[in-house]
Amino acid sequence: MTTRIHPLLIVLTVLVYIFLIGPLIIIFGASVSDTSYLAFPPQGLTLHWFENIWQISAFRRTIITSLQVALLGTGLALLIGIPAAYALNRYRVQLPGWLSTVFVLPILVPEIVIGFSLLRSINVGAGVPVFVTLLIGHTLLVLPYVVRVISAALASFDFSIEEAAISLGSRPAKTFFTIVLPNVRSGVIAAFILAFITSINDVSVSLFLTGPGISTLPIQILAHVEQFFDPTIASVSVLLMVLTIIVMIIVERTLGLTIVTK
Amino acid sequence: MTLPLTIDKITAHYGTTKVLEDLSLTVGEGELVSLLGASGCGKTTTLRLVAGFLQPTSGSIRLGDKDLTRLPAYSRDIGLVFQNYALFPHLSVRDNVGFGLKQRKVATAERHTRSMAMLERVGLAHLADRLPGELSGGQKQRVALARALVIEPPLLMFDEPLSNLDAKLRVDMRVEIRQLQRANGTTALYVTHDQEEAFSISDRVAIMNQGRIMQLDTPEMLYQRPANAFVARFVGFENLIALKVTARDEEMVTAAAQDGSTVTLSQERLGPIPDEFILAARPEGLTVSEDPAAEGLPATLGLRTYLGRVYQYQCETGAGHLIANGSLATPLEPGSTVKLVPNQDQCAILKPE
Repeated sequence: MTTRIHPLLIVLTVLVYIFLIGPLIIIFGASVSDTSYLAFPPQGLTLHWFENIWQISAFRRTIITSLQVALLGTGLALLIGIPAAYALNRYRVQLPGWLSTVFVLPILVPEIVIGFSLLRSINVGAGVPVFVTLLIGHTLLVLPYVVRVISAALASFDFSIEEAAISLGSRPAKTFFTIVLPNVRSGVIAAFILAFITSINDVSVSLFLTGPGISTLPIQILAHVEQFFDPTIASVSVLLMVLTIIVMIIVERTLGLTIVTK
Repeated sequence: MTLPLTIDKITAHYGTTKVLEDLSLTVGEGELVSLLGASGCGKTTTLRLVAGFLQPTSGSIRLGDKDLTRLPAYSRDIGLVFQNYALFPHLSVRDNVGFGLKQRKVATAERHTRSMAMLERVGLAHLADRLPGELSGGQKQRVALARALVIEPPLLMFDEPLSNLDAKLRVDMRVEIRQLQRANGTTALYVTHDQEEAFSISDRVAIMNQGRIMQLDTPEMLYQRPANAFVARFVGFENLIALKVTARDEEMVTAAAQDGSTVTLSQERLGPIPDEFILAARPEGLTVSEDPAAEGLPATLGLRTYLGRVYQYQCETGAGHLIANGSLATPLEPGSTVKLVPNQDQCAILKPE
């Protein structure tokens, strides 16, 4: 017996795929077009626009800044988020319910407001350097993801395992590193990736916090398209996509993608 | 090495709720004592206080001469077996068992030898390289047992270790636990809500209720000579009948219920009987008799249920609602009037409360 598939379903499915994949194909095509403007379908074939990224020093600098901010910000968020998620789960019964909500607040507040308030209060107000302000902004931005993802991993962690280790003579701090952390490893990696990608793609928070001489890649892209309309933008986008795809493949190969999507 | 455990007048609170009150308990060297009771009776709290995961409000806990009360959990040197096994999911069976030895800085080679020897004893040496996730429930609990025993603790504690296993395995495992504990001569504290498990495995059992020990005794004594109404009900004396002595001699005592009906009881079989007392009777401790001349409590039969070896009747009497057994030979209809005659081997005497 075969199952008849309704033709409309096939049409819808194809449309959804076109909708999802289409823009990627257009960007990819435009990035290799031998024209001085964004064109699709591409006319001619060149890698000139990829070369151009390295010719423009603003792109070079902002890629480095973006990587620095994303790595450091994610690192800081993990340093704060792992202990926070641990405490929220370990002492769930004793702690008031609203406490875990506090860690989600940065998601609820519009990112632009976070950026603007940080600019007013600590950059202009307290005179903290631009890079540090940017770093604080990104840490704040990704912290909710870190706490959420690691909390999810800890939710299925049985804390009597920790007690078993302690009863066998392991000190609590050591137990955290030898017993708790190895068992939520995949959660920590998932949190890292999610936070890293969020940070590297962010526009709203960075918009206010980038200053003279210091900018991130998405802000530089924004600045570039305001002045130029050449395919460099498309090739930068392709680079970003390739970077993301490489990260995803590594995760998929080592841990399985489900840890990011679940 | 094995040491006696002494819990001296501990009181414990969760927030402002008192969960243990003035609890004292001694477990002798090599003895296995069970804490038995419904959830919330304080048995697990007691275990966690001894383990060091909770702090008592007052009182002290000693292991031999060592005062444990203010000692952190990681230096108490107690072997613990948990209900959900609590194996380390990321470590092999061998490394799970060797974990305690590693904390004690035992060299790798010796650690492996001792872990393997212990796994051999629980019959799991062939699974040493597996991860816990690949084991069955029974195997997991054996690994947990090996992990607790390999550090040669002076005290072993079990927190409902068999609750997650199926019925057949539960019986096998409790025999195994008892044999290992006996062979090592380790003092043990065992927490369970399962009466059969506690009675079959223990030297003595503490029946707990609302943060207190109601009675601490051998299973035989608890079963035959409960000290109070709570313990009596707990071990199956479903009928509690208030009686007053009307006549007595050296051995025999005649006592009357509220409605004036009398029963005759033997002090030789039931022990000394005070003038006012409560007769505790299991359903098999009251026999349904159709003989109107029999000496017993007059009763009207209600619902009859079939229990395989006997019929059981819900009975209305002048002393209240009682449950009694009757023979399979003569099933009786609801509404029949009968006498309930005490079968003294299945009765106990309680002081009025």
